Amino acid sequence: MNSALRNYLLRHPGVVRLAVVLLILVVWEIAARFVVDPMFIAPPSRVVASLGAVWNTSGVPAALRLTLFELAVAFSISTVVGLVVGLAVGLRPFARRSVMPIILLLYGLPQITILPIFILLFGIGPLSKIAFGITHGTFVIIIAIVAGVQNLKPILLTSARSMGASRWQILRWVIFPHMIPSLFAGMRLGMSGALLGVLLAELYVSTAGIGHFTTMFTENFDPTKLFGLVAMLATMAIVLNEIVRRAETRFSRWR
Amino acid sequence: MARRGERAARLGSRAVQIGFLLALFILWYLATNRWGVNRLLLPNPIAVWQQLLDVLKSGEYLPDLRITLTELVAAFALSMTFGTIVGFFVSRTRYTIRVFDPLFAGIYSIPIILFLPLYVLFFGLGPASKIALGATISFFPIVMSTIAGFGNVDRTLVTAAKSMGASDYQLFRYVLVPAALPVILSGLRMGFTIALLAIIGSEVLASLAGLGHHIVQLAEGMDMARMFAYVAFVVVIAATLNGVVSFLEARGRRRI
Repeated sequence: MNSALRNYLLRHPGVVRLAVVLLILVVWEIAARFVVDPMFIAPPSRVVASLGAVWNTSGVPAALRLTLFELAVAFSISTVVGLVVGLAVGLRPFARRSVMPIILLLYGLPQITILPIFILLFGIGPLSKIAFGITHGTFVIIIAIVAGVQNLKPILLTSARSMGASRWQILRWVIFPHMIPSLFAGMRLGMSGALLGVLLAELYVSTAGIGHFTTMFTENFDPTKLFGLVAMLATMAIVLNEIVRRAETRFSRWR
Repeated sequence: MARRGERAARLGSRAVQIGFLLALFILWYLATNRWGVNRLLLPNPIAVWQQLLDVLKSGEYLPDLRITLTELVAAFALSMTFGTIVGFFVSRTRYTIRVFDPLFAGIYSIPIILFLPLYVLFFGLGPASKIALGATISFFPIVMSTIAGFGNVDRTLVTAAKSMGASDYQLFRYVLVPAALPVILSGLRMGFTIALLAIIGSEVLASLAGLGHHIVQLAEGMDMARMFAYVAFVVVIAATLNGVVSFLEARGRRRI
């Protein structure tokens, strides 16, 4: 019996992983209930129970929708801009050598320091969140696409050209299929970048989005609702990340 | 001949880079001096330069810089210690790697900045919440690269060392560490960069002091020229720190 259980656990590390997560939740529950001041921390059971209440707080569903909308717009624009700039820069060796260092330099800057400028330029509404999300999402996509195009074997281009392929045909049938894996890898990083940008701007200042509610719950010392809201957002982040990751494995399967 | 062409191409791309920066500055200058872009949106580059000189000369940045650097050092020390220790113990068996590695990767995919309100609630507005957040965020790349580093040590090396009678300490010091160090070092560099971003970020979002806080204060006071000067200052500091860490990483790799 004992060895059967042992074998089962050895073959399914996921079960043990789940047990570790449960153990952490139990420790948190005990700490929140009996040790730490309830002003600052909420036990997980109460957080789960409060999810309904958080959802029913007037404005919260709208705030989540707004954040999701900002993320969707920022992510789409990042992908399009990243794809166009990445191809334009990556396909010409000269452009790659001269422009890539500039892009890497811009990517390495701590963008959070210019967040106040974004607010001044675009206001405290959704526009500044979208803009900040775009600047966080675009660069990784450009870098991934340039790296992907760079690995293209020159012989493929030469043979396509010698067989009389037009520019468009080369783009569609040679470059595009080779770019797909790096495009999706870039899109996954771009998604987390755009989400980070949108959330940073939301937390910095916002009138209607989730930033408004996190501030409100914190200032009212209502940790249960705060934990609930953060849990909802974390779930959203995990789901989005998982969708892009699935798409990535699916579309790189042809290799 | 080919060499010459290569050099010409390199010069050409340098020229494009310098031209780009020059064009940016000229556009900036013209926009503020000729085209009348509002000073509150875009201050004059010369005014920014003067403010930057003034900031550097007066030394008023010192208290904020000291706080930010202290937070950074404390956060990185914490995440380095816990990250490498936890990573080492997880990497000891293939089984624990399979249990814990996806767990860390999963948590790492959540934007941890979301928890900033909780950290502020728990640790207050002072440096403690920045240290805790910076340590949490940088813990994950460090622990995952430590697991990858120790977990992928060539089995043959370990078996060979053991069969030649190496003690546990000798095995650790002369086989495991040299084999794992390159991966761990790149994880530490990533962790450092992320910790710096997290700390400046949380200072911008909610704090009482530090460089990020100072930038926000200037922005809220509409003192744009000085704010741009501070942004430039922080960017230079961040670039310098990242450069130092990359240099240390390259040196650490060569040492082995």
